[in-house]
Amino acid sequence: MASHGIEIRGLYKIFGPRGEDYIEAAKAGISKSELNEKHGHVLGLKDINISMPAGGITVVMGLSGSGKSTLIRHINRLIEPTAGEVLYDNVDVCRMTQLELRDFRRQKTAMVFQKFALLPHRTVLENTVYGLDIQGMDRSKSEAIGRRWIERVGLTGFEQHYPNQLSGGMQQRVGLARALSNDADILLMDEAYSALDPLIRVDMQTVLLDLQQELKKTVVFITHDLDEALRLGDKIAILRDGEVIQQGTGQEIVLKPADDYISSFVKEVNRGRVIRVDTIMSPFVGVAEGIAIPRSTVLETAAKLMIEFNQASAKIVDDHGAPIGMIDLQQIISSMVTPVNHEEKPLVAA
Amino acid sequence: MASVLCNYVPELLCKFPQIDQTVMREARKLIDDNFKAFVRAYGYVLDAAVQPLQWFLNWLQSLFVATPWLIVYVASRNGKIALGTAVSMLAIGFVGLWEDTMITLAMVTVCTLISIVVGIPIGILMARSDRVQSVINPILDVMQTMPSFVYLIPVVMIFGIGKVPGLIAVVMYAVPPMIRLTNLGIRLVDREVLEAADAFGSSPSQKLFNVQIPLALPTVMAGINQTIMMSLAMVVVASMIGVGGLGKNVLQAISNQFLTIGFLNGFALVVIAIIFDRTSQAYGKRLQRHTEVVHG
Repeated sequence: MASHGIEIRGLYKIFGPRGEDYIEAAKAGISKSELNEKHGHVLGLKDINISMPAGGITVVMGLSGSGKSTLIRHINRLIEPTAGEVLYDNVDVCRMTQLELRDFRRQKTAMVFQKFALLPHRTVLENTVYGLDIQGMDRSKSEAIGRRWIERVGLTGFEQHYPNQLSGGMQQRVGLARALSNDADILLMDEAYSALDPLIRVDMQTVLLDLQQELKKTVVFITHDLDEALRLGDKIAILRDGEVIQQGTGQEIVLKPADDYISSFVKEVNRGRVIRVDTIMSPFVGVAEGIAIPRSTVLETAAKLMIEFNQASAKIVDDHGAPIGMIDLQQIISSMVTPVNHEEKPLVAA
Repeated sequence: MASVLCNYVPELLCKFPQIDQTVMREARKLIDDNFKAFVRAYGYVLDAAVQPLQWFLNWLQSLFVATPWLIVYVASRNGKIALGTAVSMLAIGFVGLWEDTMITLAMVTVCTLISIVVGIPIGILMARSDRVQSVINPILDVMQTMPSFVYLIPVVMIFGIGKVPGLIAVVMYAVPPMIRLTNLGIRLVDREVLEAADAFGSSPSQKLFNVQIPLALPTVMAGINQTIMMSLAMVVVASMIGVGGLGKNVLQAISNQFLTIGFLNGFALVVIAIIFDRTSQAYGKRLQRHTEVVHG
């Protein structure tokens, strides 16, 4: 199935009984607090423009109240927008009729929830085939699909258990299996891993990345954790007070934070795991010495390789193995250390 | 004090304006006569409409004279409850109340079934729309606070005396908790799960049968339980309009001050109540096996 990207254009959401009335004011740039104080309406999203690449993971990051959960619910229209477009395959989701929308949700989207939202009276297997039940697929067919996905998420043997017999991590595996069984192009993950403890979270991130390698779905992932965003995201959009304040690849965000708000996040990040060697390499000067490192390798891995082979420098090669640049340990280390302008207080000599 | 005050304030404040006796009498006569005329004109239609109830009731009554603890066992799948039922039934048989008990049992069963069939759809409608809820809620308030004897009057006027009118009066009295608790149960269903159902593209009816009713089941079961208990209470009152069974005996015992008979029949009612309660609870538990096993 060919994936399509999702195009969000000029999306506004104003919560309150007469949201439409204030759309002009919002477009003119009224602030969130002013709208709330003067008119009693809450500005949920303000002029969101994001294009989510087909077959990639787009991470929307923000703290609580930033509007990230509101944003993901516009993609399958669990929340009605006040203005704007959500285009998928050139069709505006916001203009679909109820029947078209139901069909879109059944065929094209699947969602994983922060609090799992499993049906407590259904077994793991029955929960997994829920989306297929809704599509009207016969159980004889759907159970085979369900069992396959239960195996893929590592829950074989638990098919007949009920959700409340499982731990949180296992429940979220069921949530993931339920979403994947749908074989939908769009996978929406609303803080899917936020309720899990750190080790299981990393484990589940690996599960998602492994699956994504082969499935190439258009994934929208919501999180409040920058490390998670950087690990998963092909593209990251950072939301604050309902506005996108920066979007780009993980590297772009770490290297060029748009404002102080983002730099305060970024300074805690392990840069060695985000920045790629081809970003900081020096031009190739023709000396084909040292080991070859693929261009998309992150600094930490590159440094590990170089130390392993006892080399102070290495050449960077592209996908076909042709050399395109050079790098040495000095460069790697200086890029891994947080630059001075990101520190809260510059060090002053006594 | 008040009379002194009345010398100074306008008369209207001291003498409460009351509707004139003749107007009152006329109005009462008008309503009563019209209702009677309505009953005379359409009574046979209503009678025909409720005839199937009569058949069903008679059929069930004759069925129940067979051994009921088998039914109890099937529903509860619990030897202890079945044994307890058997012992109580034997005791009832020994004191010669078997026939009356079975009549009451059949009556309560039919009333409960009708209350469920009527109550659950109304409860669902109420849960779906705030407007429907705001209309039905005050009606239920009236139904629950109206003295149960008052229901008997219009019912007797329409259907006369007998089992079916009794049945209707009992259902009217017993159905409100069924409606209320169905409504409440559905409204309390977890928002997140409903959102998940929406996200997977459920139609409203898929949502109702896959999510809302199963998750509302514990509350609905409580409603059924309440309905059973209220039917049992009302069955005694309904004996005033010709419903036989234990209620009739109690009524006779009251008017003749037969202490022993009164208590014997009262205890027989208690036994029925306990059997119904335990059986329906066990059945409800079996429907909700998933809540029993918890991780950890």
